[in-house]
Amino acid sequence: MTADEQPATLLDVRDLHVEFRTRDGVAKAVGGVSYTVEAGQTLAVLGESGSGKSVTAQAVMGILDSPPGFVTGGEVLFRGRDLLRMGEEQRRRVRGAELAMIFQDALSSLNPVMTVGAQLGEMFEVHQGMSRKDARARAVQLMERVRIPAAADRVRDYPHQFSGGMRQRIMIAMALALEPDLIIADEPTTALDVTVQAQVMDLLAELQREFNMGLILITHDLGVVADVADKIAVMYAGRIVETAPVHDLYAAPAHPYTRGLLASIPRLDRKGRELYAIKGLPPNLTDIPSGCPFNPRCPRARDICRTDRPPLFTVAPGRASACHFWKETLDEG
Amino acid sequence: MRADGEALLEVRDLVKHYPLTRGILFKKQTGAVHAVDGVSFELRRGETLGIVGESGCGKSTVAKMLVHLERPTAGHIRYKGEDITRLSGRALKAVRRNIQMVFQDPYTSLNPRMTVGDIIGEPFDIHPEVAPKGDRRRKVRELLDVVGLNPEYINRYPHQFSGGQRQRIGIARGLALNPEIIICDEPVSALDVSVQAQVVNLLARLQQQFELSYVFIAHDLSVVRHISDRVAVMYLGKLAEVGTDVQIYDHPTHPYTQALLSAVPVPDPRARSERILLAGDVPSPAHPPSGCRFRTRCWKAQPKCTAEVPPLEIPEWFREPGGPAAHVSACHFAEERSVVPNETGA
Repeated sequence: MTADEQPATLLDVRDLHVEFRTRDGVAKAVGGVSYTVEAGQTLAVLGESGSGKSVTAQAVMGILDSPPGFVTGGEVLFRGRDLLRMGEEQRRRVRGAELAMIFQDALSSLNPVMTVGAQLGEMFEVHQGMSRKDARARAVQLMERVRIPAAADRVRDYPHQFSGGMRQRIMIAMALALEPDLIIADEPTTALDVTVQAQVMDLLAELQREFNMGLILITHDLGVVADVADKIAVMYAGRIVETAPVHDLYAAPAHPYTRGLLASIPRLDRKGRELYAIKGLPPNLTDIPSGCPFNPRCPRARDICRTDRPPLFTVAPGRASACHFWKETLDEG
Repeated sequence: MRADGEALLEVRDLVKHYPLTRGILFKKQTGAVHAVDGVSFELRRGETLGIVGESGCGKSTVAKMLVHLERPTAGHIRYKGEDITRLSGRALKAVRRNIQMVFQDPYTSLNPRMTVGDIIGEPFDIHPEVAPKGDRRRKVRELLDVVGLNPEYINRYPHQFSGGQRQRIGIARGLALNPEIIICDEPVSALDVSVQAQVVNLLARLQQQFELSYVFIAHDLSVVRHISDRVAVMYLGKLAEVGTDVQIYDHPTHPYTQALLSAVPVPDPRARSERILLAGDVPSPAHPPSGCRFRTRCWKAQPKCTAEVPPLEIPEWFREPGGPAAHVSACHFAEERSVVPNETGA
């Protein structure tokens, strides 16, 4: 892989804010998120439901439901160009060709009344002006590339005729079609069985290496993250609470929330006693606690946590934690 | 282990076939979906039997037959020695009181138009002998307290609760009649990690407190190991392997169990093990393969696997030495292989 004349940083999200204006008030779904992804790198964005991990990705892709969702601040620099300031037409050209997305639920993301061949081929017809026949031939190639057996026959099948794992491969093929520089995969294997999940993750990692793509993997599964990510951003209540290279984070988390998450999953290699459980529930996004949003659930919370919002403190090069007591948390191991 | 407990529930050669028909007026059976095809196991008093398997393996159908939501095509279910497979009417009602169920999806298994008090108290309408009318509200408050919910919430509706809280409501309903057995069908798979731990701990505590026996059905192998005394692995309507948690997780002998365990991503970047990647998908249960059902995806398959159904028994070559590999495994070529990445130095 020879280095292009491109800057190393593909995507640079800076202080992104997204809110949803609902009947029950304004929900601050994303409250100042920043991250970067480089070519060939995998960033895992980890969080539970409502943490803002998917909304951040939707804002980056420009597919936020608006209204009720609004980007209220920040920049999304893709190769130095701010996507948020682009016109819709320009953005559409970036989407697919340079930046693509894989969704969780392949069955509802694919068009049920179009054959998969037509859906894959459409990409080439629209973006590259190919003839229908050439586009169909490219579709077969793509399906072979993601190892769908008998691709030449199955190109005429409809999405419902494929199994869950095969449909997710078609989603991957679709994202890859125009050889984008960056792929955002939102829980790509959550709906799949574990043996099929292993096949799909394996394929995704292989293609990423081959095309030297950047990959943002959005997930709630700490196991999947440990397997494939280079670095990780943990989100809670719309903010990043910890970022770190993946090995460092698992060895010694620097935020009590990360620590709690790691302690609360049962292990495959031994039978534990009682599981550690983080007390309470994630906050309502229309009413995020003052100070540190995690303070009502945190075993370490003191007065300062209830009054002062912790910024992301630099813990080590490439590592940050939004906890006033990151040092103590880290020392605990 | 609690291996000494009496067998509360005995399941023998349980079969469930769903007919495939053709035609509208003159329906003709053209085949059958073999959802469950000869499953036998027992549940002892006070133990948790985990059933694992991927979607479509028949684990939920087994659960439904245990609580009489589905009628078996063949086979027997015995509860304390009495055959309950074909019971009906009053006799069935009496048995059902003792075998309750907690469902997977806390969003669809609670009636949105009923208050929490009515949901948890509904079992008392059917079994008034458990709680006389005047005593029900008090009982429901007690149950809410037992599952860790504020008893003051008795008049609220399901939508006012989070997923984890709703699952607690489902558990309270399951507990209402003081059952001996609770069948849990994927009780935590819809929940977030931090909430999942709370519910798993609650189930463990309730088991102690009320001497419950659980059949715990799930696809998450880590959760099943955590909560189960014994584990049964299902594949395409049949049991592949049954044993204690140590036997199954640390000494698996069936290739499917080995592949399944090796595919689980372990939350530790240092613990990377060799992954057994299976080819292809699970075959359709309408046309299961002859012989061993796993043979179409198995790397060890031989002609014998096509011709003969491997029985679920302790392989001969493990019987003599004994040890953890000596447990039932339905494979002609069973051999021990350690696949779970053992993390070191943590």
